[in-house]
Amino acid sequence: MHPIEILRFNTCGSVDDGKSTLIGRLLYDSKNLMEDQIEALERSADITGGGQINLANLTDGLRAEREQGITIDVAYRYFATPRRKFIVADTPGHVQYTRNMVTGASTANLSVVLVDARQGVIEQTRRHSYLAALLGIPHVVFAVNKMDLVDWKEERFLEIRDAIEGFLPKLGVLKDVKFIPISALNGDNVVEASPHSPWYQGPALLGHLETVHIASDWDLTTFRMPVQWVNRPNNPKDHSLHDFRGFSGQISRGLVQVGWQVMVLPAGIKTTVKQIWTYDGLVAEAFAPQSVTLCLEHDIDVSRGDMIVDLENLPGMSSELRAHVCWMNQRPLQRGKKYFLKHTSQTVQAVITSLDSRTNIQTFEPEPEPSELTINGIGEIHLRTSKPLIYDSYATNRLTGSFILIEQGTNQTVGAGMLFPPKEPVRPEYQDFAI
Amino acid sequence: MSSYHLDHLQYLETESIHIMREVAAEFERPTLLFSGGKDSICLLRLAEKAFRPSDIPMPFLNVDTGHHFPELNEFRDRRAAELGGKLIVRTVEGAIASGIAVPTPGEVSRNRLQIPTLLAAMEEFQFDCAIGGARRDEEKARAKERFFSFRDAFGQWDPKNQRPEIWNLYNARVNPGEHMRVFPLSNWTETDIWEYIKQERLEVPSIYFSHRRKAVRRSGQWLPVTEILPPKEKEDVRDLIVRVRTIGDIISTGLVESPANTVDDIIAEIAAARVTERGSRADDKASEAAMEDRKKQGYF
Repeated sequence: MHPIEILRFNTCGSVDDGKSTLIGRLLYDSKNLMEDQIEALERSADITGGGQINLANLTDGLRAEREQGITIDVAYRYFATPRRKFIVADTPGHVQYTRNMVTGASTANLSVVLVDARQGVIEQTRRHSYLAALLGIPHVVFAVNKMDLVDWKEERFLEIRDAIEGFLPKLGVLKDVKFIPISALNGDNVVEASPHSPWYQGPALLGHLETVHIASDWDLTTFRMPVQWVNRPNNPKDHSLHDFRGFSGQISRGLVQVGWQVMVLPAGIKTTVKQIWTYDGLVAEAFAPQSVTLCLEHDIDVSRGDMIVDLENLPGMSSELRAHVCWMNQRPLQRGKKYFLKHTSQTVQAVITSLDSRTNIQTFEPEPEPSELTINGIGEIHLRTSKPLIYDSYATNRLTGSFILIEQGTNQTVGAGMLFPPKEPVRPEYQDFAI
Repeated sequence: MSSYHLDHLQYLETESIHIMREVAAEFERPTLLFSGGKDSICLLRLAEKAFRPSDIPMPFLNVDTGHHFPELNEFRDRRAAELGGKLIVRTVEGAIASGIAVPTPGEVSRNRLQIPTLLAAMEEFQFDCAIGGARRDEEKARAKERFFSFRDAFGQWDPKNQRPEIWNLYNARVNPGEHMRVFPLSNWTETDIWEYIKQERLEVPSIYFSHRRKAVRRSGQWLPVTEILPPKEKEDVRDLIVRVRTIGDIISTGLVESPANTVDDIIAEIAAARVTERGSRADDKASEAAMEDRKKQGYF
């Protein structure tokens, strides 16, 4: 039996595009719904829906959502087919909840962007496409929904596809894009191919989700491991562990082997990997995204927030940074104000020194020197941190190129940042520490 | 296919280990909620994976409602001792005696009374974080939980005002008196849990496997016969071969008629199941929003 992979995807679209209905349909038609869930749907259909089962009620978990018929927060769903397991983030399309799409999409391998066939491309479609590109989601599917309401006309589908393909090049980095005509309500092209679209030769949505190639989404070059926790047993009964000193973390990119030379940053000290320790025993090599504990040849001072990297392709190190930021709080971004900034496994203080531009969602052009950046706005900023960050560009590494901003006092997460490429790789002072 | 690839359990495991280590590094006084149930058994194995060869750097906490299955408490105490961990138990009985928890007249269920008992224990030990075994696939309100779920000074959850959680960057900051609930198993399903128990050869309490028990028919389910709520004269009482699928209090945990004797049997049974895990929990059926209401007040 081959191992089963997990595919993480999110659904996005504007209000009433049928996101929750689509997820309900995927669960229902792939037989991942249970009798008590169907019974609960029928109970609420009798009370509020005039007897009509509403598949959206499966994901709209909070009372206010059921009453208002909208999804107000990211809901996660799980289902499996014999080929894959799926983690679905149902992200709301309501304009003031764009921050939730960023949340749901930040961990996704794939985004499903819903487009209402009657309305075609609207501002939300452009915004969601832009965000998918900005967040570096490797695979995107445009599901043109409610095809039944436009009589399954191929021309309408092609018109929408052309409109989207017209603006995609401006987004730059979307590599793998698919268009699928569906009716989530009736189940056409969701799990089974629809008899209404003989002109469409591609896979149904589920078939695509089961087969899209995701193995290469993790890169095995350019090793990076932020140190999360220093592992030093306190009075171990096992005497061989008296001098044990390991550095625990999750590998965010690449591969490492016992015997390889690595560098510890920010100290800039070269050393060799002596052991790779796991609960299940020592291993000869480890790779992203495994969680391991590294023991190093030299007894050097390493703490949380440091990064262990390979000697090729060193990351950048700077306290003067440039980034895209998505703003997520009612209080607008404030220049000159101190925020906490969490990046990999360390938290430092940061000041936004300039707000350089704000992205226009219609044109994808940056508008220079905006007066402010409010909730759901995306802009380019310069910032200065209290301690240099060891980082890569977001485009090359989602985990060492991203940060969050936290407001001091309220502790709210107010912004999500994606770093620009460093100007130059770090030039450590102690290049020749290890002989 | 390259061998540098994680299957679903390896993927879920590394995500959970990362979260466990974030908790150990970011909080001053974390605790791990350990009931002896299948989910918290997996949590303990993940804690071992995250922290060995060091000790697990946090005590275990359990709220004993006084209505636990005796098999569960026996297992809980034994497993905590095996791991060399410190187990703190606070009882609803004790909270009632000290006036922290006040039952309404005629209230038999201890479900609601767990909440003040837990919050008082958090305060007593000044815990700023509690790791729990809740999973998003269990229930609709839980599907909206974050990994790091903020609780205010009253222990309340505000689902409309949750901190956005982006990439693997968890905002762990709390002010004094506030705390965080952290759910490393958020992305695991019931099937994943049993497959992990199998892979890791984890022991689980005997009541998860098929056994003979006296059961009484109430609200469409078979419940264990207990002295707390003894069967009334007209109630249907039978001797059945059953197991539990999810463990709550003994008076509200539905029994599933089942011959499943091994973990493999259980995995096969879940694969064929036509009702969800919590379909056997009377406490969740009280109303459509039952779990949401309890969670807002500070339930796990």
